[in-house]
Amino acid sequence: MSVLFVLVIIGILVAAVFLIAFIWAVRSGQFDDTYTPSIRILFDDHISSDTTDEPQEKLKSKPKST
Amino acid sequence: MTDQNKPSNKTCIHCGDDCGKHPIIWEDKAFCCNGCQTVYQLLHSNQLGQYYEIEKVPGIKIDLPEPEASEKFDFLDLPEIKEKLLDFSDGGISKVRFFIPGIHCASCIWLLENLHSLHRAVIQSSVNFPKKEVSITFKDAQISLRQLVEMLASIHYVPEINPKDQSETKASKTTRTLLLKVGIAGFSFLNAMIYHFPQYLPGANELESGFRQLFGWLSFGLSIPVLFYCASDYFLSAWKSLKQKIISIDLPIALGLITLFTQSTIDIVSHTGIGYFDSLTGLVFFLLIGKWYQGITYEALTFERNYKSYFPVAVTKLGETGKETIPIEQLKAGDRILVRNQELIPADATIVSGQANIDYSFVTGESIPVSKQTGDFVFAGGRQAGSAIELLVQKEVEQSYLTQLWNQNPEKADDEPKLSGIINKVSQYFTIIIISIALAAAIYWQFTNSSKAIFAFTSVLIIACPCALALTIPFTFGSTMRQFGRKGFYLKNADVIEKLYRTTTVVFDKTGTITHAQSSRVQFEGKLLKPEQIAMIRSLCKHSSHPLSKTLFSQLEEGDLFEVTDFTELPSLGISGTVNGIKINMGSRFFVTGQKDGQKELKTQVWVFIETKVLGHFQFENNYREGLKETIDELEQHYDLHLISGDNESERANLLPLFKDHARLNFNQSPTDKLAYIKNLQANGKSTLMIGDGLNDAGALMESKVGLVIADNIYNFTPACDAILQAGKFGQLDRFLRFTRTSMTIVKLSFAISFLYNIVGISFAVSGNLSPIIAAILMPLSSVTVVAFATFSVRLSAAKSML
Repeated sequence: MSVLFVLVIIGILVAAVFLIAFIWAVRSGQFDDTYTPSIRILFDDHISSDTTDEPQEKLKSKPKST
Repeated sequence: MTDQNKPSNKTCIHCGDDCGKHPIIWEDKAFCCNGCQTVYQLLHSNQLGQYYEIEKVPGIKIDLPEPEASEKFDFLDLPEIKEKLLDFSDGGISKVRFFIPGIHCASCIWLLENLHSLHRAVIQSSVNFPKKEVSITFKDAQISLRQLVEMLASIHYVPEINPKDQSETKASKTTRTLLLKVGIAGFSFLNAMIYHFPQYLPGANELESGFRQLFGWLSFGLSIPVLFYCASDYFLSAWKSLKQKIISIDLPIALGLITLFTQSTIDIVSHTGIGYFDSLTGLVFFLLIGKWYQGITYEALTFERNYKSYFPVAVTKLGETGKETIPIEQLKAGDRILVRNQELIPADATIVSGQANIDYSFVTGESIPVSKQTGDFVFAGGRQAGSAIELLVQKEVEQSYLTQLWNQNPEKADDEPKLSGIINKVSQYFTIIIISIALAAAIYWQFTNSSKAIFAFTSVLIIACPCALALTIPFTFGSTMRQFGRKGFYLKNADVIEKLYRTTTVVFDKTGTITHAQSSRVQFEGKLLKPEQIAMIRSLCKHSSHPLSKTLFSQLEEGDLFEVTDFTELPSLGISGTVNGIKINMGSRFFVTGQKDGQKELKTQVWVFIETKVLGHFQFENNYREGLKETIDELEQHYDLHLISGDNESERANLLPLFKDHARLNFNQSPTDKLAYIKNLQANGKSTLMIGDGLNDAGALMESKVGLVIADNIYNFTPACDAILQAGKFGQLDRFLRFTRTSMTIVKLSFAISFLYNIVGISFAVSGNLSPIIAAILMPLSSVTVVAFATFSVRLSAAKSML
């Protein structure tokens, strides 16, 4: 039964890690704006991946890469 | 309307407006104006065309051509202003945040976060959508703050530039702190529950005493931060109100918390149990959740603007050496300043030269500009429409008429509302009753079984801790605020609901409040106009930027437009031109007919002369908001209605049937009169709701118990107030007010529920049978019931009353 002592202590330490993570997240402002990131994630990473500008983009990037 | 009639009419690909008959075509795309086309071109040449794909017609249209835009942002080059605006600047890298009211959709976010494609010097930009704010990190060696702003303006995202608002950063800090407190309390609550749970199971006595000791001390440790950090506000405010000899709801809470903690600690130390730490932490957790739920804010709206956010940051001073941009604080009486088209007059001044045509719509709600002559006195707050004018400053900004009015009572808030609230009235009786019950129980047990006396006393204080009671208001009013917000009625905080409920008198401003600010009704008096003549008048009006011409252009029947030659605009007189070879003059009576105004005309008129004779005049009348009559009729049953207007009496006849009583209609009221009127009403014991819109109402809005501002665009400037109502929702005002009564009923019912729980709990406590398990069940249960009841009934009643 005495292993329970160890487990309880480990349990609270693990929980404390999450609490600290939460405190860090709040402090660093991750909860200040909970709306914009939900939209941001839908955008394509690279600009001009849309159809109209594709040719231009290719022209631009090719000389650089080769 | 069929497409046949208007084959060429398309919607602008940028802003979605109707392009009219002659759209501007660029690369086969139709645009309504040059402004929109320029932005499109700019974005396309920078491979930012995706802007138009994320959302349809995302663009912002800017109506006013800005010929002098090159000088408009001059002041951003001043070091002292830069310093105020920048969040951070070091080693060639600066960071700045702008409030851009135009942000409205996903495309906006995308474009503003891709600013680096428009200019390489932008390192990173990110949008906070709820706040309508963009924060930009840039290399200041390659792009100046001014160039950055000009770049934003060039894509029609014009930032509103104000000196950094300290209160705003403070507000976001308090929300963060509250979140932290909720998190910590939640953590402690959940863990404490785990440690307490074994005690509640049958056979708990079999548990090794070593475990019991460990669990006890662990929960003791968990409750320390909860008591001293998370719950600190309750102790502080209980203490504060005690010092003022007030018993607030926080007092029984603080008392309960302290008793819980002491009793539990004694239990652990004396090895009799592990106490009530789960109830203690749970209580604080629920209370904080309530606080958080109530504290919703409309981040992009500001209810407490001071005059500084209204006036420009800098002005153009005319010195001996020429033009010079100075921060507005440095403006002194006697300075000569230049005010360009669409700029604000920053201080009371007299006109030195130039044709002043001043739009006081922010001040009075009246959009038709007033023309002033050289030597005339102009009040601060007007906006010049037309060419630049030169002014001689008479008073410093702080001493100007309107700013003084604004500053008269800067903080009426926070001193009295705490006293009057229903919750504090209830808690006064509540606290006294609870303490008497506790004492009575203690005395009874002292004589029968003295070992139980102290326990009974503390039990009563513990179980009666008014958690459910304290949650009633936050959840009922918090939900009500959410319902209102969804319908276009925004409250500064939850206290406003109770103040609205207590309102006995409603005072309206006229112009811009019960009338439309932007449109007016146009009537022609004189000989009936032929369709051809109307078309000629419209053609002429199209060339003028005067607001009256614009109104005429949009109000008159649509038709073909003719070419206009010899167009001239004589400031403050009128316009003239030749259409189809026929001469037309339009404008003031003096300009068109040559007669001096015999008697002062009350209504705005535009006289018309075509070919050889004067045909008559257009009369501009206020256009009342839709549903005005219904709303007034409805409100009249419950409230005293008054009207105070800065205008002349021309509308008295129209308003009398609505307001019924002559004495309640007050015209020609100056801003100070309005303030005095409200003061007088309140001195007579009336609880007033002032409904206004402009700066001239600012004093009255602040003085009244509730100041409500009607705004066509809620993100635009509004004077300091307690509530903002979207102009389109004016017709539902009576429903909103009625709903505050429903909210209050829900509050009272919730009080009843929490009292019932208390009676059950106290009956355990006085009999000396309050075990931790009863507390652990009863306290969260009562809170959850009250919360569920309050939120659901608010929702249901809102749906029922079609709010």
